[in-house]
Amino acid sequence: MSSTGQGYAAPPLAAPGAGAKSETWLWIAQRASAALLALCVVVHLITIIYAVRHGLSGEAILARTRGNAVGLAFYTLYVLAIAVHAPIGLRTLCQEWLGWRSASLNWFTAALALALFAFGLRAGWAVFSG
Amino acid sequence: MKNDYRARNHPAWWAFLVHRLSGLALSLFLPFHFLALGQALQGEARLDTLLRWTEQPLVKFAEIMLVLLLAAHLTGGLRLLALEFLPWRGWQKNLLAWAAGTALAAGLAFALAL
Repeated sequence: MSSTGQGYAAPPLAAPGAGAKSETWLWIAQRASAALLALCVVVHLITIIYAVRHGLSGEAILARTRGNAVGLAFYTLYVLAIAVHAPIGLRTLCQEWLGWRSASLNWFTAALALALFAFGLRAGWAVFSG
Repeated sequence: MKNDYRARNHPAWWAFLVHRLSGLALSLFLPFHFLALGQALQGEARLDTLLRWTEQPLVKFAEIMLVLLLAAHLTGGLRLLALEFLPWRGWQKNLLAWAAGTALAAGLAFALAL
């Protein structure tokens, strides 16, 4: 927990092993991806509710999604934003709640981002390619 | 003020906690979500098997909670962006109520398949 009790009021202080400049870039990336995700999550929530109303069988879902290039492009962008946003958020949580502030945290964050991006792309391809 | 319960027993602190815990829960869920959708690579039948599994009451309940958490993280995040990037206005104090209300509405819309 930050000393402010909020943890959001300002870019975080630099952790050992990470310069203030990179911390600022991470803060900017977190906010920029959040703005993009705000749009993506609204679309995703509407899609979820639409899907529930129009059939949730594998056949019904894939009939709607397969070959949908716009859907693939949208979810690729969504996955990219997630792969940036979630690992940076978890990094902050690890720093503040677990006291994990060594350089290994940055490697963990980068690995998580790459894994989320790869598995997210695979999921999007599985559903939308056709 | 000491960083004790008095500093925490405040709507803004609870909003912070909900935002952080919802973010953590969503991050833990994401790999399973991606792996589950990836089943479609092996055909409709494989995806169907998974979708049938999700029809269990407990899994359905978890799905509703996840939608609620996603909506809560979205609205809480919009509140934070408004606080950080817009000039301070009195109406921003009401954002907490708007965030909670909108998240609840999204969760209910999913739960009731509106």
